[in-house]
Amino acid sequence: MVDATATRQGPGRVLIAVYGLFALAATSRAAVQIATDFSAAPVAYVLSAVAAVIYCAATFALARATRVSRKVATAAIVVELVGVLAIGAFSYAVPEDFPDATVWSHFGQGYLFIPVVLPVLGLLWLRRTASD
Amino acid sequence: MFEPLTWALVALSLVAMVYAIVLAARDRRIDWWLLGLLGVVEVLLLAQLVVGIVQLTGTDRDVSAVLFCAYLIGSLIILPIGAFWALAERSRWGAGVLAVACVVVPILELRMYEIWAV
Repeated sequence: MVDATATRQGPGRVLIAVYGLFALAATSRAAVQIATDFSAAPVAYVLSAVAAVIYCAATFALARATRVSRKVATAAIVVELVGVLAIGAFSYAVPEDFPDATVWSHFGQGYLFIPVVLPVLGLLWLRRTASD
Repeated sequence: MFEPLTWALVALSLVAMVYAIVLAARDRRIDWWLLGLLGVVEVLLLAQLVVGIVQLTGTDRDVSAVLFCAYLIGSLIILPIGAFWALAERSRWGAGVLAVACVVVPILELRMYEIWAV
């Protein structure tokens, strides 16, 4: 029997709080970057905005905690993991495209590497709550 | 920036964070001491918003107003949202949520201090 609401209980509540925080941080960062000086680093700023959308989706899907939202959360977090690894690698390989950082640049170094750890924890938590 | 207010906010939010971690570690729920302390921090954050905007209009420093105000407003909404999310949890993890919310306040204050000092 799958308890669909399990993602927002217990440790999941702290996980969602951290996701919410990164949703807020990524959204404000992208908004300020795009509003103030978009042409300075368009690649980085668009990716900032993509990261913001992913964090918002993951936060709301984990917090909603229905069967459907579990699938949405899983998809968002897989994209997040791929995104943080890809942008992390690109930000080292093509630094000229990233004169200004995104949340995912250098594997989230500016955010204590939490961006690269968070999706792993998220997927583990989804798996754990699915088998209850 | 009015530094005493900044350092008071850093210190008080770290005290609240440690207290929240102690509650979670001892398997306790959020108590009124923690909520009271967060209330005091929130009032000081509100004062920081007012002081920050007043100082921003009077300074000749090259501070990014958009960025600075984003941090001032962001710091103001963290604790209420954290408390809302934490109070719905009837276990030690509610205090865990508030510990996370508390650690954000000093980070934002120190970032603001950096932006101001440039």
